[in-house]
Amino acid sequence: MQVFRRLRAAFMATLLAPALLPASAAYAQMPKPWEMGMQPAFSPVKQQIIDLHNLVLIIITLITLFVGGLLAWVMWRYNAQRNPVPSQTTHNPVLEILWTVIPVLILVIIAIPSFRLIYYEDRTYDPDLTIKVTGHQWYWEYTYPDDGNLDFSSYIVPGDQLKPGQPRLLTANPALVVPVNKNIRILETSGDVIHSWFIPSLGVQRYAIPGRIIETWMRVDKPGTYYGECNQICGTDHSRMPIEIRAVPEQEFQSWLVQAKKQMAENGTVPPAPPVMQQPPAIAQNHPDGTLQTAANEVEH
Amino acid sequence: MSVTTHDHAHDHHDHKPGFVTRWLFSTNHKDIGTLYLIFAVFGGTVGGILSEIMRAQLMFPHNDVVGSGQEWNTIITSHGLLMIFFSVMPALIGGFGNWFIPLMIGAPDMAFPRLNNISFWLLPPAFILIFTGLMLGESGTGWTLYPPLSEATYEPGIGMDCTLFALHLAGISSLLGAMNFITTIFNMRAPGMTLHKMPLFVWSELVTAFLLLLSIPVLAGAITMLICDRNFGTAFFNPAGGGDPVLFEHLFWFFGHPEVYIMILPGFGIVSHVVSTFSKKPIFGYLGMAYAMVAIGVVGFVVWAHHMFVSGISVDTRAYFMAATMVIAVPTGIKIFSWIATMWGGSIELKTPMLWAIGMIFVFTIGGVTGVVLANAGIDQILHNTYYVVAHFHYVLSLGAVFSIFCGFYYWIGKMSGHQYPEFWGKVHFWLTFIGVNLTFFPQHFLGLAGMPRRYPDYPEAFAGWNFVSSVGAYISGVALLVFFYVLFRTFTSKEHVADNYWGEGATSLEWSVSSPPPFHTFAELPRIR
Repeated sequence: MQVFRRLRAAFMATLLAPALLPASAAYAQMPKPWEMGMQPAFSPVKQQIIDLHNLVLIIITLITLFVGGLLAWVMWRYNAQRNPVPSQTTHNPVLEILWTVIPVLILVIIAIPSFRLIYYEDRTYDPDLTIKVTGHQWYWEYTYPDDGNLDFSSYIVPGDQLKPGQPRLLTANPALVVPVNKNIRILETSGDVIHSWFIPSLGVQRYAIPGRIIETWMRVDKPGTYYGECNQICGTDHSRMPIEIRAVPEQEFQSWLVQAKKQMAENGTVPPAPPVMQQPPAIAQNHPDGTLQTAANEVEH
Repeated sequence: MSVTTHDHAHDHHDHKPGFVTRWLFSTNHKDIGTLYLIFAVFGGTVGGILSEIMRAQLMFPHNDVVGSGQEWNTIITSHGLLMIFFSVMPALIGGFGNWFIPLMIGAPDMAFPRLNNISFWLLPPAFILIFTGLMLGESGTGWTLYPPLSEATYEPGIGMDCTLFALHLAGISSLLGAMNFITTIFNMRAPGMTLHKMPLFVWSELVTAFLLLLSIPVLAGAITMLICDRNFGTAFFNPAGGGDPVLFEHLFWFFGHPEVYIMILPGFGIVSHVVSTFSKKPIFGYLGMAYAMVAIGVVGFVVWAHHMFVSGISVDTRAYFMAATMVIAVPTGIKIFSWIATMWGGSIELKTPMLWAIGMIFVFTIGGVTGVVLANAGIDQILHNTYYVVAHFHYVLSLGAVFSIFCGFYYWIGKMSGHQYPEFWGKVHFWLTFIGVNLTFFPQHFLGLAGMPRRYPDYPEAFAGWNFVSSVGAYISGVALLVFFYVLFRTFTSKEHVADNYWGEGATSLEWSVSSPPPFHTFAELPRIR
């Protein structure tokens, strides 16, 4: 009985979830119920990933249908009832050359845009700012080396402390604040085990490995909230160290930085991420007190 | 070509030793093969129970079937290791390999019968060690065992050491088996059986044995270093002592990638035989088929870092590994098309083994093409470690390799036991499994594309829908496993005895020339191959 109740609850939740999401959801990039493809792109890298994936998806779908179709055809046409006397053909050089050469050509078609993509994804050569990401069991630490090493840690918001509209297991506090339309160099490392900093809607993922600094980059197209998760097994709370990124226009980012540095010097906390413009007031009130715990004055746990 | 003479310890041809001597001190390749097959069914069932627990946990978000993240991590670790080392490998290599390599090449037994016995008996203690790690809840690293998570600081319990030692034992078992297979195949073929006349199943086991021989020592080195790090104060993988976690990733995947071909190549061999038998046609493009497997084996050794596209390897390295990985699609394509060409013009009977073979070709194609997607380092940047990867490798292994195991089971059970399986229930087993596993794993592609990470015991609500579908599929597959046990029951209680060659004209390899079941000692007089 309990199973049925849960089943119904789960279905209601998934079916109604889109309707229940507040208007701000339009600016929050997270997976949607019953989604079958990639999350929409909010960075040029992700757009290119989607474009290449669309190309490859068409090719592999055609190949699968072709093979499936051939299998269905031979099962029907060469069934023992329909074709009682089997042929004894075992060679056909032309055919064998064709099914070697054609796949090679298809792979070349895929490889050309694919090579271009990995070099584009690799790094940004004129970064507007640098952010250092350090993975810890089980939270993320963010540092702004360009701005006096402003440094704070971002923790999961537990299910019972979520405000309406905040997705469970994705909401982190405080969010990482970045400017939109800027090339951001990301430097990743870890303080303990390997983690992976993974934001699907921005097309970013790199391992955070202790003893190494790994570089990648991102450029956020639009103001909004973007969610990601740790994507390399890192111990018991692997699923409980989400990534929340708030992208805001340059001026807002700068004023947040000034305020953050000031507040950090005063009491070791950072102000909440500026709300995304055009948000309904209900969401803007999410952080009324304006002070949030950071690693600096966090009691050791 | 020389044929080694084989001295029988006891010269009476069908004298069977007593129970203890026969099963515990076994030196007979058929008995050892049987032991391996029983062990594989056991290991697969335990691993399968773990998957049902996992799918029960993931059926709903915020579920509490599994107590903690650590418990969850231990379960996924054990599931992976059990399925690989204690189910698929024992079935395809130890089981069917031991049973049918000597029969197919016309040899009286394996080259080193006692070594063969040790190979098998190393597995039960290895299983006990893995199970200890599971029960203690101390091996929560995933089957990839990446340090620093697997270092003593983060996984201090002895359960982790048990798991590492289990891999050592299973590795030695595989190594000894591989040496035995290679020696047997190179030296004990019947007069007239040149390498180019050797059945494809034997070719597949030969390539597999070489992959094991070259890759397992690298894994052994890596886990030895890990054990030293954990217990003897070394710092091979600990950055604080000048070590490097990425070194482990390289060593692990230098083994790990050939390992996935180790699991699928023998399946290729089985499917080739079955497709040829039930189409009543010789295999199409025999040499292409044999050398495609050799090519897969060779290229399989130089693609390992495609598992590390987001581990910070340089962009040029990524470009190389991407290109090399995509190359593997070519020999794989040759195999798929050659199977279809074998069926083309044939006289196809859709008996249960053939259903599994065709099913395997289809699901392996799906798993193969998603492999091409993942090979693109650019796309892999956001698919790495997501459920897309989980779907991909379950399509090639949990579906591809496991379908070929069942394919071999239904094809050869009459030969091995002397009793035929019930055709109707065999087909029920196939269709239930086919529907169940596709329902389980196809939706996982969607979850992965949307960004659901693997090894998560709980997930954001948005992923609930497809996870629910996936779990329903897993339960159907679980029912299918019960049907398999019923098939086993019916087969072994059957009174009917089958003929030497119960598949008729299509089955042409040497195992069909001996009785079903074969006598305890076969080929006392070596067959001659024209």
